[in-house]
Amino acid sequence: MHIPARLLAASLAAASLAFALPAAAQQKVKIGFITTMSGPQGVIGGYMKDSVELALDHLGRKVGGLEVEMIYGDDQTKPDVGVQVAEEMLKKHQVDFVAGIIWSNVMMAVVPVVTGAGKIMVGTNAGASPLAGKSCHPLYFSTSWNNDQTPEAMGKVMQEQGVNDVYVLAPNYQAGKDMVAGFKRYYKGRIVEEIYTKLGQQDYQAEITQLRSKSPKAVFAFYPGGMGIQFLRQFDQAGLRGQLPLYTVYTVDEISIPAVKEAALGNWETRFWSPDLKNAANQKYVGDYKKKYGKLPVFYGAQSYDGILLIDSAVRATRGNLKDAKALAMAMRKADFKSIRGPFEYNVNHHPIQNFYLLRAEKTGDDIEMRIKKTVFEKHKDSYFPECKMPW
Amino acid sequence: MSWALVFEQSLNGLQYGVMLFLMAAGLTLVFGIMNLVNLAHGSLYMVGAYLAVAATQWTGSYLAGVTLGLLGTLLVGMLVEVVALRTLYERDHLDQVLATFGLILFFNELVAILWGRASLYTTLPSWLQGHIELFSGTRYPLYRLAVIGVGLAVAALLWYLVTRTRLGMLIRAGASNRTMVGALGVNIRLLYTVVFGFGAALAGLAGLMAGPIYSVQPGMGELILIQVFVVIVIGGIGSIRGALVGALIVGVVDTLGRAFLKPLLGYLISPPAAESAGPALASMLIYLLMAVVLALRPAGLFPARG
Repeated sequence: MHIPARLLAASLAAASLAFALPAAAQQKVKIGFITTMSGPQGVIGGYMKDSVELALDHLGRKVGGLEVEMIYGDDQTKPDVGVQVAEEMLKKHQVDFVAGIIWSNVMMAVVPVVTGAGKIMVGTNAGASPLAGKSCHPLYFSTSWNNDQTPEAMGKVMQEQGVNDVYVLAPNYQAGKDMVAGFKRYYKGRIVEEIYTKLGQQDYQAEITQLRSKSPKAVFAFYPGGMGIQFLRQFDQAGLRGQLPLYTVYTVDEISIPAVKEAALGNWETRFWSPDLKNAANQKYVGDYKKKYGKLPVFYGAQSYDGILLIDSAVRATRGNLKDAKALAMAMRKADFKSIRGPFEYNVNHHPIQNFYLLRAEKTGDDIEMRIKKTVFEKHKDSYFPECKMPW
Repeated sequence: MSWALVFEQSLNGLQYGVMLFLMAAGLTLVFGIMNLVNLAHGSLYMVGAYLAVAATQWTGSYLAGVTLGLLGTLLVGMLVEVVALRTLYERDHLDQVLATFGLILFFNELVAILWGRASLYTTLPSWLQGHIELFSGTRYPLYRLAVIGVGLAVAALLWYLVTRTRLGMLIRAGASNRTMVGALGVNIRLLYTVVFGFGAALAGLAGLMAGPIYSVQPGMGELILIQVFVVIVIGGIGSIRGALVGALIVGVVDTLGRAFLKPLLGYLISPPAAESAGPALASMLIYLLMAVVLALRPAGLFPARG
């Protein structure tokens, strides 16, 4: 084979250049993203990953102007697996940030591992109260909320509407009790009964029968994931939808609506964000998400999108000095990015100060979508930050 | 606490028990006759639910969807028996548990690949929607009454099949002495395949009836499997009659416990204590029941052999 001399010379020059480059090319941001990819809850992880990828698209596949490498990890909803995945990211992949995590118990286990290694943890869903209060940490940031805030908003709505005789239902575990506690912080009317069902329960017919026998005026429920789909269907099949107003938190969302459709209609939710929130960043996010994935994004994804933008803002502000986690954390406190939720600032416990809205599931053409009805809280702070003794 | 309420809750318990029975019947047959611990029974329940939803969408008819779903699960069950389980009959139970656990993972990932991880949309045909006024103030969903009807009809059919037909005789003979049945010239391999396919179809029936009330998603079978094992332990392994009685007991005890244990405890101990003990105790109730049955009758209520 005859190789032209000029081509040979050019390739040699290119090769020598390539060997000379590594010092500069090493400057790369590595982000570990932990979520649940397998099992029944794996659907949530899929939405989060999609939003992370969209955020990277919007940033031109660069974070803070540097090349980025994402390492995704599956926690299988188990705290011990989450810790294992985080350790692998920190030791083997030498990540600069860890982000993600859906479940409070996984978060509580992973945060000490990441902060202990001197790296920043950006939580994009789980809102465990200790992390907002006495276990807050200079290297831990949340782009979501504290668990109690959403039910607090619903409590305020129902208090203001003068709803009395409320029947309360939640699964029997810590988050279930937290939700009801948050609700009761603002709702002071009569509660007919509080029912705690088994975590992961499938059939609610017995509870619905009890509920009807007490003739309440309204229902407040917290049933995340598959439990919500089952509860909404059975509430509808019992003929109660439309007869008894249903107020829920984390139950009706863009993941459960396609599964239950009509059974969600008319349901009330409170939330910090909704696909129909009017601001430029959100409209770009929702529009491009629909274009890329052919469906509406869900709040788990919206928070993860913000998580990547937050990391981007910090890397940019510190001019890519990834070794200095303290400086990165200081930059993160400014939250200098365009959040999908509109105005975004950090409280002293590294949790967002943000608005909460009342939403209703309504028919829009052939689809059923959540629509913002009013603002419940403006610049709402969680109720645990006074316990956080971190210097600001 | 009115009698109408107790009656309605008993109906709820009956409906739950009937679902458990459809699952337990197949599991206990396979356990009793083939001596096979099949953890993947829940996967067949899931396959039934998915196939029925897919077939309903494809044909546009609920009844056609249900029929195709049932036949499909029967075929999948027989295929699984021929391909994977045949080699396991002579192995010990640990190997069977490992292999059938592997099948659970396989089926969960397979449906996730085919249909995605999100819960599927399912709805009832209009003639099964709505509710019936049983007596004044007691409304009961029509669909749940239909579930009770189908479940009891299947139980009657099974009783006839097992006690009055030649196939049933072979099944009973197989349950008491497999070697002897084989020695008498019965094609035991074919019998196994038929029985397994049959058990799979029953699980599929439970799954496709559960589809519109529960959530059709990967892993849905494992949520019900533990209760089904409780049923066959209480009823006696290998006994259809035991499965029916065990399922109805578990269904009614679990439902009434969830509904009335907390108020009843309130009379005995202080209301705040009942508030926290009630739900915890209600979710343990069927396991406590199983422990009591095992202590008094270690082979279950209706042991198949001896």
